[in-house]
Amino acid sequence: MTAALRFDPIRLPPECQVLRREVRAFLAEEIAAGTFDPHQPNREDTDAPEFSRRVGARGWIGMTWPKQYGGHERSFLERYVVTEEMRVANAPTRRFFVADRQSGPVLLKYAPEHIKMDILPRICRGEVCFAIGMSEPNSGSDLFAASTKATKCEGGYRINGSKIWTSSAHIADYMIAIFRTSPATKENRRHGLTQFLVDMKTPGIQVNPIGQITGQFEFNEVVFTDTFIPDDHLLGEIDGAWKQATSELAYERSGPERFLETYYVLTELVRATGDKPDTRSAEGIGRLVAQLHTLRRMSVSVAGMLQAGQEPVVEASIVKDIGTVWEQQLPQRVRELTAFIDPDASNHETLENQLAFALLTAPKLTIQGGTTEVLRGIIARGLGLR
Amino acid sequence: MAETENLVAETAERIFADLAFAQTINHDPQGGWKAPLWQALEQAGLPLSWVPEACGGSGASLAEGFAVLSAAGRAALAVPLAETMLAGWLLAQANIASPAGAMTVAPCGPKDRIKDRIEDRIEDRIEDRIEDRGGRLSGRARGVPFARDSRHIAALVHGSQGLSIALVSVSQCRIEPGVNLGGDGHDTVTFDDVVPLALQPVPRGFDPNALLLMGAVARSLQIAGALEALLDASVRYANERVAFEKKIAKFQAVQHNLARLAGESAAAQAASTSAADAIAHSPSFDDAVFLEAASAKIRCAEAAEKGAAIAHQVHGAIGFTIEHILHRFSLRALAWRDDFGSESHWAVELGRRVAARGADELWPLVASR
Repeated sequence: MTAALRFDPIRLPPECQVLRREVRAFLAEEIAAGTFDPHQPNREDTDAPEFSRRVGARGWIGMTWPKQYGGHERSFLERYVVTEEMRVANAPTRRFFVADRQSGPVLLKYAPEHIKMDILPRICRGEVCFAIGMSEPNSGSDLFAASTKATKCEGGYRINGSKIWTSSAHIADYMIAIFRTSPATKENRRHGLTQFLVDMKTPGIQVNPIGQITGQFEFNEVVFTDTFIPDDHLLGEIDGAWKQATSELAYERSGPERFLETYYVLTELVRATGDKPDTRSAEGIGRLVAQLHTLRRMSVSVAGMLQAGQEPVVEASIVKDIGTVWEQQLPQRVRELTAFIDPDASNHETLENQLAFALLTAPKLTIQGGTTEVLRGIIARGLGLR
Repeated sequence: MAETENLVAETAERIFADLAFAQTINHDPQGGWKAPLWQALEQAGLPLSWVPEACGGSGASLAEGFAVLSAAGRAALAVPLAETMLAGWLLAQANIASPAGAMTVAPCGPKDRIKDRIEDRIEDRIEDRIEDRGGRLSGRARGVPFARDSRHIAALVHGSQGLSIALVSVSQCRIEPGVNLGGDGHDTVTFDDVVPLALQPVPRGFDPNALLLMGAVARSLQIAGALEALLDASVRYANERVAFEKKIAKFQAVQHNLARLAGESAAAQAASTSAADAIAHSPSFDDAVFLEAASAKIRCAEAAEKGAAIAHQVHGAIGFTIEHILHRFSLRALAWRDDFGSESHWAVELGRRVAARGADELWPLVASR
């Protein structure tokens, strides 16, 4: 057999269900206190610093990291439970989620000790927000075409150029970015990029918000003009960022956030349909639930492999490919089924509003964090086709 | 990929590799391969995997048996192994010993009912019949796999006293032969006042959906296995076939189609093995097991549709020929969708359960798995 794909039926251990109850109780308190409205995904409270600190105080940021850096040495499966419960509740996780999922693990692996001791505990307390500087005006999916330059100077590097579509840059304290330190070579076009930690308060950084079709302003253009980055902010190998970037993809691509982004419309559809659905509605809901359950079982399976120390890059790419396509289509399927609901259903207006927002959100879901095309390329490589 | 931790499944895979090689079978339309294959399976005790040793079976666990079915799917096995296993399992529920030879089960769909005639008599107010000691069976089951190739049928029977499980000799039934999309027996079985060889009430707590759910999970595992084989064959072919002066594997359109096939195969594998694991570790067919089993059948059937289409597209005309083995896998994956409730049936049932539980109970149900 050429394709050794594995999705073992991993079950969450009992401690996860205890944790789940704690997270649900916490979220219920936050909702009751008015921190956020779970029925309104389209809202302006995405930057919720106090909420982040309270999540940090619960020990739910940096859960898998070593205790010496403020982490909690819990399992990936426990982190999984926290992530999915927050996502389903539409909790405002923007401020800490990127640091928790991606930036923290990069620092853990590549940052010098004093930086780890400085920043990681603050991430765990929910105090700092991270952005990821990958795309540039002429380099999106083609990551290795990045041209923003880091030029060696006394004690560090000078950065010139710009990043674009950078989520949360306007509220971020730090960015982890890749910059060009050498030209690509003939043998390896991925050569020459280096990963850096950027303090967003550094002079010479300008953040320009970019409006999105949803009406929100969550991504930005970030312009660097002679921005100084000290030597100790270099992460990992000079010119070798491509080696570092690929091994982290499994973490980034298989989580519950890759299929639950529009989940709220399914809940409201079930509510609007009522307890005695007609055949067409029941069939539609049943298929969506079966697809959701399957995706979640695949995603938990990948989390289990990560916990076991494996790097299931192809399996993770499959979860993101079919997960993001599913969450993109979900509002369309729900829209079709709204034809059969009672227009006087008590949550009709909520569903209409949510649906409008989900339909606006949908196009980005198969673009952000690795397009469908890029993912299918990775899967094809894993199958031995490239 | 192979469930190598499982000795029973390993034995099965060895037999399939030796005696159910797709190419050999494809060149033997007379079916000369069937007898030696079945004999080897019986010698290894595989058809009665789920029958306790006390009832004449090999007493394998549910999990071990489910792994055999995944392997059977990868081999596109066309003998009644899954059916005999299901029949043995059903009979064992009522402590009925399994006879030797191939068996099948009935009913195989949600609309068919086999009745105990005692019930008929009450309903129809016919009181002139007396000799119903042990009951006589009536009714019709459609789409019964391999009925004509089986010696016995294990039937789930509706009677006035509730559900019973019956062992029936096929020779006592009227068989109208039919075939499924893959060309395997898919027969209509009529029970016309049939005296069963054994008839026992179901045990306390037996779920009326249990047979359909077990059958649905069996077919899900087989579909997932067939999809693995389809992916494997398609990747291999794409790396061999040259067009426009290069291997077609080098074309991005082909790569992306195969990536989608891998996704469908992965989804089918995850859904089916999860459902099998759920049944193997749950004492009852509760809402959670229902979610798992129904989801597996729905998602695997969807995967069969998309996956078979891509496998054929990659193979082009050669895959549409009778000589090529592709159809053995693609057509069975598609045919198996119809047995033990189609994806449409299970989607309606699952949707109704979800609706009855209420919107705010959906996530807790999904998250409980």
